[in-house]
Amino acid sequence: MHAASFVALATFRESVRDRVFYNLVLFAVLLVAASLLIGQLTAGQDVKIIKDLSLAATSLFGLCIAIFVGIGLVSKEVDRRSVYPLLAKPVRRSELIVGKYLGLLLTLLVNVAVMTAAIYLVLFYLARGVPPNIQQAWDAPALDPALLKAIALIYLELATVTAVALFFSSYSSPLLSAIFTLGIYVIGQFNADLKQFDRIVSAPAAVALAKGLYYLLPDFARFDVKLAVVHGQPVPVAYVAATAAYALLYIAALVCGAAALFARRDFK
Amino acid sequence: MQAAIRTRDLTKDFAVGFWRKRPYRALDRLSIDVAPGDVFGFLGPNGAGKTTTLKLLMQLIFPSSGEAEILGRPAGDIAVRRRIGYLPENPYFYDHLTAEELLDYYGRLFRIAGGERGRRVSAILDRLGIGAERRLQLRRFSKGMLQRVGLAQALLNDPEVIFLDEPMSGLDPLGRRDVRNLILELRDQGRTIFFSSHILSDAEVLCSRVAILVKGQLAAQGTIADLQAFHVRGWELIVHGVEDSIVQRLRGRARRITRIEGARYAIELGTESRPEQILTELIADGASLVSLNPLRDTLEDLFVRRVAEVGEGARAEGGHARG
Ligand SMILES: Nc1ncnc2c1ncn2[C@@H]1O[C@H](COP(=O)(O)OP(=O)(O)OP(=O)(O)O)[C@@H](O)[C@H]1O
Ligand SMILES: [Mg+2]
Repeated sequence: MHAASFVALATFRESVRDRVFYNLVLFAVLLVAASLLIGQLTAGQDVKIIKDLSLAATSLFGLCIAIFVGIGLVSKEVDRRSVYPLLAKPVRRSELIVGKYLGLLLTLLVNVAVMTAAIYLVLFYLARGVPPNIQQAWDAPALDPALLKAIALIYLELATVTAVALFFSSYSSPLLSAIFTLGIYVIGQFNADLKQFDRIVSAPAAVALAKGLYYLLPDFARFDVKLAVVHGQPVPVAYVAATAAYALLYIAALVCGAAALFARRDFK
Repeated sequence: MQAAIRTRDLTKDFAVGFWRKRPYRALDRLSIDVAPGDVFGFLGPNGAGKTTTLKLLMQLIFPSSGEAEILGRPAGDIAVRRRIGYLPENPYFYDHLTAEELLDYYGRLFRIAGGERGRRVSAILDRLGIGAERRLQLRRFSKGMLQRVGLAQALLNDPEVIFLDEPMSGLDPLGRRDVRNLILELRDQGRTIFFSSHILSDAEVLCSRVAILVKGQLAAQGTIADLQAFHVRGWELIVHGVEDSIVQRLRGRARRITRIEGARYAIELGTESRPEQILTELIADGASLVSLNPLRDTLEDLFVRRVAEVGEGARAEGGHARG
């Protein structure tokens, strides 16, 4: 899979040149503005609100990149026919798919890492000068390491969404891929409800269908521990590990599926 | 000797039609052999299936039936891709990369080591006349410059077999001449070149062998000399030192007689007449021979005729189907 790493680096470079990282500027401005504003309005609550807001923003910004860059990953190469000279090189189609995917993961990693640093920096400034006895009354410390758990799960969610986008973009147009990916994402938010479908409906066929869909569609709610972390409730490491395993399994299936679909495609 | 490129009954049907898909045969049982060291011209009018064939050879599309081999391995073989170069029709790369960065990327994919890669990239860009522009993003490149970048990337890995889909397209007259010289240079280095074109004069100058494809079918294949010898349309006899009265005796047997100047005449003879005999008669009358040449079809004549023949064939078939 050596060729895949070159494709990944090229994909990363493309996202840099396409100014994907400009979103970080917006993120930083938002964060600073919010903390200045909230700091004025509320006493003591500001740290919690900033945590809440910044985690939500990390997730949202990442999601935009995962979906909108993800849907173009493969289809752009095919539509613009840059795939012709590329596949005449010693690069397997599967390596192209994996490389593209890893490239976007790298972009997301850098993005999320910078956001994380920005969040801790803002929290550090907010907590500075607050007397320790007041800080002790907070649900969680300002520079709570548990935030990293929430961020890690956000990253895993983004990686899964990217895999969904990649899967659709390996054989359909960007517009359709966007619709499908967004659809899967939204359904995936409520997926856990499908599991409890038998409580509302008694028809066995409908229950079986709901169960089937539950196992087929990703359960994105699993990745969301933002609220728990902000309120200082414990998030077990085992839960994070299990969710990571779930994500990896899901991603592996999607990437293999994308590679299989791509392998026999005619390029028009 | 193993063929550099070999196809057997290579066929491609595309599904066309928006609602009810029906197959459209873009390539029909193509069988060709290209020997190592050949410059092979793959000729045909628009829509003949040239690009389709090249895409099949690069495995960008898959055949409906038949097979294709390059250097003795099935098309698409990864190891073989190290040994070939491919210039797509109207090539497009990445807007955000410079010419240099693009070739560097491809060089990595070919596993050319660092220092060597840099040297090769700059040498090949020099060879194709891309100067300081090599540091510009490709979005700013004109069509002809992009075509040159396309040629550069096709030659980067020092390929044994080179596939060029309309290498001259988009180039100015100087560019065409450069590319022609480049192809001859590559030929002299012993590489095999397979190029598609509808510019016949290029093929006439460059190719050792040609194939003419019409509506997906192979209409003719062979060396240029073979294909032209097929159609000797007559002879042109040029003699000197004969009197007008003697020449006029030939009126009935010659297609055309033109006086060039003084006692020098050009006599055009049909295929049915025997030039040796007429020449003997003229020499007996005191004429001296300047030259005797067969009048051959140019590749263009051949091309036009074959295209027309296949067209008629198709019409005749259509008539049968209706009748
Ligand atoms: N993806 C496709 N779907 C349907 N038909 C196609 C497709 N690609 C090519 N064709 C048809 O196949 C035929 C051959 O096309 P091809 O591009 O191979 O021609 P060509 O010889 O390269 O022509 P040109 O000289 O114009 O480049 C054409 O009639 C074209 O319409
Ligand atoms: Mg073509």
